Amino acid sequence: MAELKVSAIREGTVIDHIPAGKGLEVIKILGLNRVNGGILLLAAHVPSKKLGRKDIVKVEGKFLSEEEVNKIALIAPNATVNIVRDYKVTEKFKVDVPEEITGILRCANPNCVSNHEYTTSRFYVVSKDPLKVRCHYCERTMEGEEILRNL
Amino acid sequence: MEWKGRDVISIRDFSKEEIEFVLRVAERLEEELNEKGSLDYARGKILATLFFEPSTRTRLSFESAMHRLGGSVIGFASASSTSVKKGESLADTIKTVEQYSDVIVIRHPMEGAARLAAEVAEIPVINAGDGSNQHPTQTLLDLYTIKKAFGKIDGLTIGLLGDLKYGRTVHSLAEALAFYEVELYLISPELLRMPKHIIEELRDRGVKVYESTSLEETIPELDLLYVTRIQRERFPDEQEYLKVKGSYQVNLEVLKNAKETLKVMHPLPRVDEIHPEVDKTKHALYFRQVFSGVPVRMALLGLTLGVLGE
Ligand SMILES: [Zn+2]
Repeated sequence: MAELKVSAIREGTVIDHIPAGKGLEVIKILGLNRVNGGILLLAAHVPSKKLGRKDIVKVEGKFLSEEEVNKIALIAPNATVNIVRDYKVTEKFKVDVPEEITGILRCANPNCVSNHEYTTSRFYVVSKDPLKVRCHYCERTMEGEEILRNL
Repeated sequence: MEWKGRDVISIRDFSKEEIEFVLRVAERLEEELNEKGSLDYARGKILATLFFEPSTRTRLSFESAMHRLGGSVIGFASASSTSVKKGESLADTIKTVEQYSDVIVIRHPMEGAARLAAEVAEIPVINAGDGSNQHPTQTLLDLYTIKKAFGKIDGLTIGLLGDLKYGRTVHSLAEALAFYEVELYLISPELLRMPKHIIEELRDRGVKVYESTSLEETIPELDLLYVTRIQRERFPDEQEYLKVKGSYQVNLEVLKNAKETLKVMHPLPRVDEIHPEVDKTKHALYFRQVFSGVPVRMALLGLTLGVLGE
């Protein structure tokens, strides 16, 4: 990735292989726009062998845990995460769909109590591939496109 | 399993052992009630019945169960008479009501309302129907009725008839029956077949499932026929509806082809899915089914209140 060296970070996290156009959402879901001090970089529509085009997010001064990063598995299922210390990648992992998804997904059932009362949405992952989740409240399942529409 | 303080929200939360345990406790309470006339396990305890939509039968059944246990009941029968109408949140209503009671029974038009109520409340919450989602006490009383009538559930061939697409009662019942070694005949019009994912789940769990559109052809096979209502709104036109309605009515003519020991159940209220002429026959189990609601709900109230001992 020679072309990205310009924006290499000293200490922090690099999230690679985000589908093109989803970088901003990744930043929002992970709350990176609220990180104080550190530099936040978004490289959008970068050519990629695997994805054609991809987004890359770099955040300086913050080391994201696997658990935190798994929140983006719904929109960036192939993302890889690099933990950088002193300009070197010291740790690398792929995102994995968590067993439970809280807060980031809205239930597609208009009559679900979670859409009417003050609650934190909560879903159980019934199947990872293809992705299928069940609402903790109304017990309806959502899959594929329906999940993406309700992110 | 710790029962005291437990919520009863969805049949999905129950293992087979827990279901069997509730049925055994219900049976014991029914016997005790027959012997003594009334019980006092729940003396001094208060049940709050919160019916945000009316369901007189279910409410009366719960209230009767609590009175038979020696407890007392407060509550409301429809949302129109409460502060909900003024825009109070469900959480606030629950937090208020639990100051006055020891256990809550909730019926609500929104799916997931009972789960939310249980999260908010410190005291046990029992779901008496949340929108089109769950009605676990109905499922448990259905199982209890079957067990009482046949002495067992394993080995039975059971027909589910009517609206299998939208009917939450038959979905929950089928999922609970999958704990047992049963064969299921799903009898419905093409338009109202049971959703594929439920059938797949049943098959995955080892249930033999047959689908049919004909009651006449399947009825000779059955030990039990569970009838549900087919609603007019489900059909694009009146003609289609009338045709279907006619061919799924359980009457003496249809029963000629059935086993002598066939039992017929229905969650009630019925419209004309079962002809009243069937009521007097030994096939009719649906009023016994209504009665079963009381011991089963007594068991659940007693267990969650932690007043039954053991
Ligand atoms: Zn929901």
